[in-house]
Amino acid sequence: MEKVIVKNRDVVVPGEVLAEGMGFVPGDGTYREGDNVRAARLGLMGVDGKVVKLTPLAGPYVHKVNDRIIARVKDILMTGWRIDTNSAYSAVLGLAEATSDFIPRGADLKQYFDIDDWVICKISKVTSQKLIDVSMKGPGLRKLIGGRVIKVNPAKVPRIIGKEGSMISLIKEGTGADIQVGQNGFLWIKAEPEKDPKVEAAIRKIEAEAHLPGLTEKVKELFK
Amino acid sequence: MSYDKRFDGRQFQELRKMEAKVGVVPSAQGSAMFKIGNTVAIAAVRGPREVRPRFMQDPTQGLLRCHYNMMPFSGHGDRVRPGGGRRSKEISMIMEQALRPVINLQDFPNAMIEVFVELPQTDAGTRCAGITAAAMALAHAGYEMKDLVTSVALGKVGNQIVADVNYDEEAYEGEGGSTDIPIAIVPSTGEVTLLQLDGEVTQEDLKKVIELGTKAAADIFAVQQQALKDAFKETA
Repeated sequence: MEKVIVKNRDVVVPGEVLAEGMGFVPGDGTYREGDNVRAARLGLMGVDGKVVKLTPLAGPYVHKVNDRIIARVKDILMTGWRIDTNSAYSAVLGLAEATSDFIPRGADLKQYFDIDDWVICKISKVTSQKLIDVSMKGPGLRKLIGGRVIKVNPAKVPRIIGKEGSMISLIKEGTGADIQVGQNGFLWIKAEPEKDPKVEAAIRKIEAEAHLPGLTEKVKELFK
Repeated sequence: MSYDKRFDGRQFQELRKMEAKVGVVPSAQGSAMFKIGNTVAIAAVRGPREVRPRFMQDPTQGLLRCHYNMMPFSGHGDRVRPGGGRRSKEISMIMEQALRPVINLQDFPNAMIEVFVELPQTDAGTRCAGITAAAMALAHAGYEMKDLVTSVALGKVGNQIVADVNYDEEAYEGEGGSTDIPIAIVPSTGEVTLLQLDGEVTQEDLKKVIELGTKAAADIFAVQQQALKDAFKETA
């Protein structure tokens, strides 16, 4: 007998039986045990035809190529910079990927990026051992000057951005702030001093209620 | 005198009252509190992060480390001296072994996940409460795991097989003495990930104990599951 046990968009915990029967295919965040499809992490249930999958509610950041991340320069190497990516693994920003300027041999790399500088960059390569290369070449990739950085749950980042950036532009329009969101859970905010707490409050609200419906309306309400 | 009535009036197969809550430590990636009777365990998860000391790094998979700590005035006897001892070192190790079979560590080469378990109040069964809380905390932190782990201390007091022994029962010195059997079970498969024994027990009795443990695991799993779900309820 084939049936789905859990309602769509219900919170499920690891080990919970989501669907019975061989007709269902285990998708993201699920696995098959005998005839049943079970949850492999804390998440929201979703059924797409015959595929059972989960939207994670929490979890560490997993590096993916082409992700835009916000990171801090933590060391200067012989031919580049080591940057902290809000995870167990640091990334390397190579000289050639850092700038299109000509850097003479033996130049002091501090002129370009110093320790504790924040940058927004793109992941260009990840190996199985989680050695990571990043690049600064691309639209909008730059050193972040001024402002401040806050940390959010990386699993909530897609909700903070919203569909095609709808949620984040709502906050930008409401406060006139400059906001950059990194997929790794770092957010950079540059706003007028009196608007800054409003920006963070909105982001914290989205983070806390990311799994609930009608969030866009609630955020709109904040800026009325 | 034989042991025919439990000190706290419970049925022989009855667990103490359980309570659970997740998100009790805001600064941790994931956290949980599990209370069974008068035993309280608080678990907090941090990581994945760089492995220190470096020689423990494993390039093939991540490392799961547990830290068990009984707080100074948590117990029945003397003040527990702060800092690790032989006992806490052993319990930390068996907790790691009890949790490792369910968690996927393949995605974290050269990194480690740390679980800190603190016990502010104890009345026997601390390692079990610790494992139960740690499993919830790991799930709350969002790690990929095939199931939670449930754990309870069973035992034989006098000539009775009992579930969830408390401190008085553990210290029972009447006829037959007391045997303490902590056990950890993965509820979906019935897999036993921890089985220790302090005392004497016959083969038949041990089989009965494991059977009783499997039953208890279902009850504990229900409490864990509810606590994790409650954390994401709509706040009115």
